Amino acid sequence: MKTSAQQSRRTIPLTPYLFLILPLALFLMWVIGPMVYSFYLSLTNWTGVSAAKFIGFKNYVVLFNDPIFYTALLNNLKWLVSFVTIPVGMGLALAMLFNNNKIPGISAIKAIFYSPYILAPVVIGLIFSWMYFPDGGIFSTMLAELGYKGPAIGFLSDPAMATWCIIAAAVWRQVGYIMTLYLAGLQAVDPSLVDAAIVDGCNRWQLFRYVIFPLLNPITVVVVVISVIDSLRSFDLVFVMTRGGPANSSSVLANFMYIEAFNNYKMGYGAAIAVILFLISAVFIFIYLWRVLRTEIEY
Amino acid sequence: MNAKRSHLVPRLMVYLLVYVFTALWLVPVLIAIVTSLRTSNDIIANGFWSVPKSLSLQSYVDVWERGGLSHYLPNSFIITIPSLTATLFLSSLAAYALSRFHFPGDRIILYIFVAGMMLPFQILLLPVFRLFDALHLYNTYWALIIIHTAFQLGFCTFVLRNYMRTIPGELLEAARMDGCGEFRIYAQIMMPLSLPALAAVATLEFTWIFNDFIWALILIQNDALKPVTTGLSSLQGMFIANWPAIISGAIMGTMPTVLVFLLLQRYFIQGLTLGATKG
Repeated sequence: MKTSAQQSRRTIPLTPYLFLILPLALFLMWVIGPMVYSFYLSLTNWTGVSAAKFIGFKNYVVLFNDPIFYTALLNNLKWLVSFVTIPVGMGLALAMLFNNNKIPGISAIKAIFYSPYILAPVVIGLIFSWMYFPDGGIFSTMLAELGYKGPAIGFLSDPAMATWCIIAAAVWRQVGYIMTLYLAGLQAVDPSLVDAAIVDGCNRWQLFRYVIFPLLNPITVVVVVISVIDSLRSFDLVFVMTRGGPANSSSVLANFMYIEAFNNYKMGYGAAIAVILFLISAVFIFIYLWRVLRTEIEY
Repeated sequence: MNAKRSHLVPRLMVYLLVYVFTALWLVPVLIAIVTSLRTSNDIIANGFWSVPKSLSLQSYVDVWERGGLSHYLPNSFIITIPSLTATLFLSSLAAYALSRFHFPGDRIILYIFVAGMMLPFQILLLPVFRLFDALHLYNTYWALIIIHTAFQLGFCTFVLRNYMRTIPGELLEAARMDGCGEFRIYAQIMMPLSLPALAAVATLEFTWIFNDFIWALILIQNDALKPVTTGLSSLQGMFIANWPAIISGAIMGTMPTVLVFLLLQRYFIQGLTLGATKG
């Protein structure tokens, strides 16, 4: 008698397709299809009201001559660099510190660090807006009490500071998430390798630098890719805290796209911004997929 | 090994540092709670660090009644619960197919789901907006329920598939030999065995869908249908500089996810790590 596994090797099995048909159809219709359609929209002058007319690459020509585009791009870069340095560094440091730590209350401490991640970004945006508020917010009050007598500082209304102030709120949200990923990674580190290194006379720094960190390499790749993707997705905090202002100084591509498409009704133009944002993300999505492919080669 | 090597005093120093740093991390949350219990006049007149003369829950009452939280919050549940149920069911079907069968296109389909889950939303906004408009679903709960269900399929399918791959094939093979149909194997064997992963994904997805802002911003204009996230952002215009009211709303709006997190913390963290460490 043949097992069904042997049979399925000979003929193309119908069953998996039956299981997949609904979810895949939904995903293609609402995610992959729209993604492709955005490319087409970016080549039109659609305003949301009139019919979309094909105008070739005109939107991209305008975009590449738009100073706000470069402001947004530079701000995205600030977000990206901040995300792959501060939360990744702090998350790794906290994970190293908390892994197998006997400090009293350790599980509550861990919970406190990742609790910001469960708050809606909108909520975080409102709380930080209040903290930055010039009239009675904690930062300005604190400065006043430290003896600062100058004019009230508008943290979010100063073009030079606004982006960094928003990033600070985002970092506060992100650190605990990265810490959690690294804690999971550390759980998978073989303790016998660590013991062997200690027997060989490694000090704590050498143990981290030459044993643990290399073993964490796969998770570090994932963490960095996730951080980049998250930084490119930043929208809610910018929207709630500054709407990209003052004078577009804290705009990021995601927010710039929204304003052009849904406030200024330049939907074709907005689609072109979205395509650029997508192309940047795609590089990192490919890195991620390539990791999946490589680590599952035995499939 | 740490305990043996390190001396008591340095260890206590580290403990102290950790406690101080942890307390600092909580500062925004503490500020939010204190603010919500004070009055706007009190804070403006006496500064944030003054000792409040009285505490009250009046701001919570204000945002609940005048601020619209009394309909924003129920709306969030009306949107989140069906989306969550549908995405879990559909993704478990896809995950079953992708974890237990080899068939032409299996890799590509997996990659489509994984790549889709990482897309920036902006690349989808305009076509999705246009499509819902054409289907006359713009400005309805349905629009949000459908897009959340569809978009979250990527992450859920990926995580559930990774988990289902770890379940020994013998269990399923035995049922197959006994003449069980594939759907029964999925429903009566695979699903119960996947409960830990389903719980993990459900906890995480509840938070993500509940906290969604951008889809609600794009697809719901009618104030009566807004979920709490876009509802909260409109509070800024309604209670201008009345921070106790705005912050009370923010706290109330985030309570459901905080409660889910406190009750199901273990699953929440499993969900996060299942998504990242496998694959």
